[in-house]
Amino acid sequence: MIEVRWHGRGGQGSFTVARLLGLAASVYDGKYAQAFPSFGPERRGAPVLGFTRIDDYKITDRSELDVCDYVIILDETLWGADVKVGLKENSIVLINTKNPERYQAELSQRVVGLDATQMALDYLGIPITNTAMLAALVAITGVVETESCKSAIEDSMNPKIAGKNIALFDYVVKEVASRE
Amino acid sequence: MARRFVSGNDAVAEGVRLARPHVISAYPITPQTIVVERLSEFVEDGSLQSIYMHVESEHSALAAAMGVSSVGARAFTATSSQGLLYMAENLPYASGARMPIVMMNANRALATPWNIYGDQMDSMFMLNSGWIQVYVEDAQEALDMMIQAYKIAEDPKVLTPFMVNLDGFVLTHTYEVVDIPTQEEVDAFLPPINLSENIMSMEAPKSLCITAGNNYNMEFKIKQNEEMIESISVIEQVDAAFEKQFGRGYNGLLETVDCEDADVILVTTGSITGTARMVQKTLRAEGKKVGLLKLRYLRPFPTKALTEALKNAKVVGVVDKNISFGYEGTIFTNVNSALMQEGASQKVDNFICGLGGRDVTKENIHEMYEKMLVHLETSADVNDANVASKPQDRIHYMNVRCAL
Repeated sequence: MIEVRWHGRGGQGSFTVARLLGLAASVYDGKYAQAFPSFGPERRGAPVLGFTRIDDYKITDRSELDVCDYVIILDETLWGADVKVGLKENSIVLINTKNPERYQAELSQRVVGLDATQMALDYLGIPITNTAMLAALVAITGVVETESCKSAIEDSMNPKIAGKNIALFDYVVKEVASRE
Repeated sequence: MARRFVSGNDAVAEGVRLARPHVISAYPITPQTIVVERLSEFVEDGSLQSIYMHVESEHSALAAAMGVSSVGARAFTATSSQGLLYMAENLPYASGARMPIVMMNANRALATPWNIYGDQMDSMFMLNSGWIQVYVEDAQEALDMMIQAYKIAEDPKVLTPFMVNLDGFVLTHTYEVVDIPTQEEVDAFLPPINLSENIMSMEAPKSLCITAGNNYNMEFKIKQNEEMIESISVIEQVDAAFEKQFGRGYNGLLETVDCEDADVILVTTGSITGTARMVQKTLRAEGKKVGLLKLRYLRPFPTKALTEALKNAKVVGVVDKNISFGYEGTIFTNVNSALMQEGASQKVDNFICGLGGRDVTKENIHEMYEKMLVHLETSADVNDANVASKPQDRIHYMNVRCAL
């Protein structure tokens, strides 16, 4: 089972992207998936979490995630103790930043940085980085097929917004893959 | 059939759409809100030909549903927690009048302290309301039970309102893969409602929700109780027929996992069952003779099937996401009563957990099994009055921050 934790602030799409990944993995890749938010009241700007589980078998685990294979941070101001919990030795931490070195210095796990805010501004005109970070995750890990992610985006957004997000997605996949 | 990635609330709404109620009367409350939002959207976009009644409270929601049912139409409502309690007065009204209303309840904590997260205190409050109560484990079962619920409730031998319970957030707000049957498949399984007696009619006027004084009241209640108990066979038949048509069933009122030769068996309801399946499987792989019993229905209570499934066990654990203050977990009380009726002598432990949304981890469930396995080793002493533990020692609070 692959377990993913998304960190963002209310309004940044951290649960939406947890759901997009689950949709891509299940409906389009034919696996099983679970996606859920940090439960409770929804507050814009407050730290929120999204979770995705992916497996080849039906997932029956209903407990919260304790350890994660991948941790994705949409907003680097959230860096702190909360993002470092539940990491395994080979977990990968993906963070929206211009300066990944400062975060790598604090962790033994691999930290990958992506200036997703700038990329989102270029492609979407707004600093919503969830689909850019999804693209980076897929390019680094291959956890789901890229086409499945694009189908999930098309399914979940109106055509105009989906088109812009897919263009951003394609750009990031190419950009990150060239670095790997 | 469509394979979709939806939340438990979405799955309920899809199930209700496929069951084609004539009227939906509901009031939104976290964590049920998405169910009634989706249904209002379905009515708006024409994909569900129902009347959506905006009511000003949960009390009115169920009162309206009773009106719908009293003319022989199919009614749906949904609620949670304080909303269910606000409806309370109307619950026995509906069951006493034998109205086959279906309600979804998102299990949530009760105030005070105020809390919007999941536990099962709310529906336990309503065990005596005369409603059938089922607890589902995942979103697929939630969808499927919306369809089964109408078939069972509207059976002429049953005619009893039906409450489908989903753990708040853990089920209502978790997205997972759900197979959504086609309307044709559901129509073939669930025919239109057909109540011929006890409905309002201009041709044959009659009074419903009648008065019965001390001359007849008790006979009404006895009949209601006996027919609820007899609904067990209808529940089993409907689930079997569902499995035949849709290729998935739920084994009637309860499901057993490796119980035949198990020394210790954990009894769970709702979503915890899924997590317990993983732990049970791991322990079995280590050679420990442990079983799991998923108790689906609390009313009618499956006394016979439960005691039969538990008969070879030496230690039984009952998981409760509720407390009946001044006593113990309510499911524990019910299981103990069933075992007592059958003359069983197992040691029975009560594991109280998950109140107000507290996580129930795999480690917690592992710990439950470990406690039971320890009792197994000392089981020779269980019936010895000199070493019998105090009643409160049978209650174990799991994953708590306070000293016990």
